[in-house]
This record gives sequence, structure tokens and C-alpha cells, in this order.
Amino acid sequence: MNVQMTIPEAGPRVATAPLLDIAGLRVAYRGLAGWTQVVRGVDLSLAPGRTLVLLGESGSGKSVTLRAIPGLLREEGARVEGHVRVGGQDVTTLPPAELLKLRGGRVGFIFQEPMTALDPVFRIGDQIAETIVQHRGVSWRAAMATARELFDLVQIPSAERRLKAYPNELSGGLRQRAMIAMAMSCEPELLLADEPTTALDATVQIQVLLLLREIQRERGTAMVFVTHDLGVAAEIADEVAVMYAGRIVERGGAEQVLLYPRHPYTRALTNCVVQGSYRDQRLGELSGAPPDVSRLPPGCSFAPRCPARAEDCLRHEPDFRSLAPGHDAACLHPSGPSADPSSRPGVPAGSPKGH
Amino acid sequence: MNPDPSRDLSRMPAPLPEIADRGGPLQPLLSATGLRKEFRLGGGFFGPRAVVHAVDDFSLTVIKGETVGIVGESGCGKSTAARLLAGITPADDGEIIFDGETFWTPRSRISGERRRAIQMVFQDSASSLNPRMTLTETLAFGPRAHGVPTATARAYARDLLAAVGLPPARFAERYPIELSGGQRQRVNIARALAIRPRLLILDEPVSALDKSVEAQVLNLLVSLRDQLGLSYVFISHDLNVVRYISDRVVVMYLGQIVEEASAQDIFAAPRHPYTRALFASKPSIDPRQRVTAPPLVGDPPDPVNPPSGCRFRTRCPIVEAICANARPPLSAMPGAGGTHRAACWAALPGNEHSLSPRQKGALQ
Repeated sequence: MNVQMTIPEAGPRVATAPLLDIAGLRVAYRGLAGWTQVVRGVDLSLAPGRTLVLLGESGSGKSVTLRAIPGLLREEGARVEGHVRVGGQDVTTLPPAELLKLRGGRVGFIFQEPMTALDPVFRIGDQIAETIVQHRGVSWRAAMATARELFDLVQIPSAERRLKAYPNELSGGLRQRAMIAMAMSCEPELLLADEPTTALDATVQIQVLLLLREIQRERGTAMVFVTHDLGVAAEIADEVAVMYAGRIVERGGAEQVLLYPRHPYTRALTNCVVQGSYRDQRLGELSGAPPDVSRLPPGCSFAPRCPARAEDCLRHEPDFRSLAPGHDAACLHPSGPSADPSSRPGVPAGSPKGH
Repeated sequence: MNPDPSRDLSRMPAPLPEIADRGGPLQPLLSATGLRKEFRLGGGFFGPRAVVHAVDDFSLTVIKGETVGIVGESGCGKSTAARLLAGITPADDGEIIFDGETFWTPRSRISGERRRAIQMVFQDSASSLNPRMTLTETLAFGPRAHGVPTATARAYARDLLAAVGLPPARFAERYPIELSGGQRQRVNIARALAIRPRLLILDEPVSALDKSVEAQVLNLLVSLRDQLGLSYVFISHDLNVVRYISDRVVVMYLGQIVEEASAQDIFAAPRHPYTRALFASKPSIDPRQRVTAPPLVGDPPDPVNPPSGCRFRTRCPIVEAICANARPPLSAMPGAGGTHRAACWAALPGNEHSLSPRQKGALQ
């Protein structure tokens, strides 16, 4: 299949025009105390066929950034500034009719909770066929046949029977597969996934992650995947962007960011993972909690929790600086490249290291 | 562990007396036998009722000072088991012995002073606190119910706040809504400790927290355990967390225990195929070590109609005829010193499963 191989954002971009290009994205919501800026200047781009993971804790702005891509924030009454381009079309200025074509057409969406995303009173097959009829204008019969093929694609056993089922009749794993089938129904170039495996059990989560990887390989679909889970990011990402308090603080290739993190926040995240830790070993911890974005401190928003804080951190909000080809961090004092990643925690299951 | 003596709860004068140890260090702190719980679902006038076998033949021993982790997927019965042990949900059958004394049976339950011995911490830190009580009132409530004068209870509440890392000067008069998730969970832990229990049952206490906060709460739980000599039953779906905090690990599947061993043994050499699959499903944080094939296919079956024989057989990669016919007993694994137990025909010697270890000098 035509899987596009591109070098992750190295040097001047000449190879491929980005499929997704976000520039200066700022999002604010109105609350009781006025507007709160929840996304504060996000720039990112993604080449066709690649997977970008937006990694962050609650309130970091990762889901809002994702929802800005298909233009979902307008209906929510948010104030959106900046540009979001999908395949050259600027979503922020697209007329509503064009936006509807984009959603479910060029861009597919997978939500965290399929039970609330699917309509409980319609059969699953009908819901998928409806999407196909809407976007492609084919007959109902042809759309149902496509739905059937999609169920095979997402490996739902006894597809005929499951197409006639209502969402509540399926298990969590099957519902999420049906959701993926629906997102893939119009062969999108870009798949957006908001914590799609968080509500699933461990043995089911890994099946869905592998399925997404396989579909991408077969169809060359690009994906933006939001998660808070480092392990999930490691399973699926080509590139990782770490978000904190409404901004990206570090981005680069998956191995660069997860194994050789340079921003103190990313380093703290990878250190406080309990993976591979044993009893009586005190966990590396980060003091404090993720900040309230309505009351951010001046300067770097991570500074109050930062173990490497210097005096200038409290004055300047740091800009991105390149640390290595394709690896940037927004930090005035990024840590040096870490030594051997195999000395970090993260031993595979079943091969315990000593204390 | 905790260098600041002003935060060491064991050095603070407590308004309630310690629950005296009875049987000495060798007597188990908690011993639950044959706990069973069924939930009846729906069922109107005419339709037959469905019965969920939430917990079936659950036995657990907790040694003094020990932390037992219970892992399993959703619907495996681990939270129901926790509630049965804490006495919040009465079991249909079975008994719980606490330090040599009958704590709970279907016909009797302990009352008075020693009822304090087991306390619970829940996953949802917000809904388990009363939104209309300040933190001081919340933490003083338990001791007051046990007869401590209000002023004493409120003073102790401030000590408790300090002990869980919430400076009382700033936090004593706050309401739960003014706290972050991690801070609220600290309050829940303090509240559980306020009446000086010996065993804490923690049901997914860190699952709803952000990763950077999770480590803080786990470190707190470890230092409190060391300060106060507590025992924990720690329920989680997160293997990393369970491995970190537990001395012994129990794995549940569809309401039954399928394997139990020391944390070290079970992670080094899991014996039940479900345990192996569960461990293999855990993503590594190293992108170079990705999982290439799913260890299991499909979802866990419906607990309303569990499979006959071994409940894991419908997803098991090594299933054979015997697995459908008879339930494998939870038995000691040969050569593991009696502390590693699993319920799998393939791991038990002397049966017709082709992987069953041959027993030297045995009859079969």
C-alpha cells in the first residue's frame, strides 16, 4: 500500500506538504469570571500517514486542541484564534456546509466513550450506512455493503449479526471497534482519536491499539491521538507533542521525547511513572498539581513545579528552541541529553530487574 | 521514610485508643473464607431474573503489615470483593476473621470498638466526601461518632491534615470543592485513618489522578504504612501500581481468584494463562518494545452467564476438553514453596490436560 514515509520534521520542510497544519491556535471559553484561555498558542503540523500523539494531563488543553481540528469548538461558543488547515482548507473560516463535508469525510473522529458517541436508538449498521450515504451519495444497499466490509476491517466477528445490534448490545471493545469503523467509513485522510482506549480493559486496549496501527498501515491514514498514558503513546506514536497548561512544551519523534526527554516536565512525567518500580523504592515525584489555566503564573507556567527553575523562568514564557533535528522544547534551561535510556525504568513485563 | 517529625502521625497524641493486637505477628490480620456475592438484575413480573455472580468463593489472607494487591479487569469482582471485606456490602455466604476474632458472618457482625479496625478509601475522591463539610468537620466526624469530644476531634483533624501533607493553616476550613483531585484523595486517606484502623482497603485510590499526582499519593501511602504499621488491601487495574505497592498479588477473573503469589514471583513467572496475557497486554513506555500481537482476543464474557468449568476457557490459548468440564481448584504450584497458587489445569499436576506437569511417583 502507499504508506508515505517522511522524515519527522527535520530541517526545512520540502518533502511533503503537511496534511494538518495548526498555527498560533488559541482557544478561550467564557466562564463566570470572564474568558479563560485554555489553549495558548499551539503550532504543529503532521505529514500524511503519520501518527502524532498529544500527551498531557487533565486541563493541559490536549482534547480542546483536537476538537479544534474538525472545527467543533465554534458550536461550543469558544473563541478560536489562529489557523487550522486540513489538506490546505482552513477550518476556522470554512462555511458550515463545507465543514459538515469535512467531518466524517476527510476527517474521522473516534471518541473516548463510544456509548455516548453512538446513538442508542439506532442499529449500528444503520448509523454507519447513514454516514456513507450522506458523504458519498451512494444507495443504502451499497452503503450497507460497505459497512459490512468495514466491520471486517475492524475485525468484528459475526459482522452480519453485529450490524443489526444496538450499541448497548455490544461489549466495550466491540463498541469502540464499531466507532472506528464509522470513523473510517469515508476513507478519511486524517483520523482524530480522543483517548479511544482509556475506558477499555488492558487486554482489550492493546487489541484496539494494534488494530489502529494495522488500519493505518493498510490505508495510509494520518492520526492525531490524544492520551495521558505514556505506555499508550509509546505503542502508537511516530511523533509526540507534550502539552502543559495550554501549550506544547516538547515535541519530537516518539523515541526522542519518551526516551530522551529534555523538558523538565516531560522528564518528571517519565520519572514518576511507577512502571518497573519496586516496593520500598521512593517514586520520583513532582510537587503540586497541574495548574488552573485561569490563574497562570507569569513566565513559564511549569516554573512553580519545576526542579530546574531559574530566576529568569519567572519572567519569560519560553519560546521553542531546537535541541536536535526534529526535537524542540519550550524551556529556557532544558536538561542535557539523558544518558542510556535502558537505565531508565520501563522493563518489559516478566523480566524484573533487581532492586 | 518521612523526615519531618511534625508530619509523623504515630508521634501525635490520638484521641482514640489503638486497637490492641491479639494473636501476635504470626496470626493473620484478616482471613476471609468462601465469600460469595450475587446481584439480581432487573427481572420484572414475568421475565426471568438474571443473576450476576460478582464474587464466587473468594478467600483471602492478609498478614500483619502486609499489602495485598488485587488486580483484574472491569467486572472481575475486585471492587465487590473490596466492599465485602470492608463490610459495606454484606456477602451471601462466607466469613471474615479479623485477628482471630469473627468480624463478619451472614448471621453476625462485630460491633463497638473493634468495628474501627477496617476502613476504606474509594476511587472517586469527590463523591466520597460531603461537599458541605469543611475538611476539619470531615476528619472530626469519625472520631466524634466514636465518642471523642468535638474540640479534641477537631484538634486531631488538624494533625491528620498535616500528616497527609495538607498544611492545616491553609486547608482546615476549606471545602472539598476547593481542592484538586490529589488533595481530595489525601483527605480521604486521612479520614480513613482518623479512627485508627489497622487495615485499609483502597479501591483504585490513584486511578482517577494525573500521573504526576499519582506518585505523590503512592509515596504518601507507603510512608503512612511504615509509620503506623498498617496493612493494605490495594485494588487496581494498573499493574505498575500494584507491582510497586504490593507484597503479594491476587489476580481475579470473572469473580474468581485465578492466581495468587508474592509480587516478585507472580511478575517473574506468572502461571495462569490469564495472568500472562494481562501482563503482556501492558504497554511498555519504550517505543522500541512495542507489542506485536494481541495476547488475547475478544472481551471478557458476560458475568451473568459465565462459562462452565474454568471461566477463562473461552479466551484461553491453551484450552482443552477438561477445562469445560471441571473448575480447576486454586492450588499450590509444585516447587513454589506453597505460596504461589493458581487455578489452571495446565499448571496443576496429575490431570488430563496435555500440559499438566507429570508428577513423580504419583498414582496417575
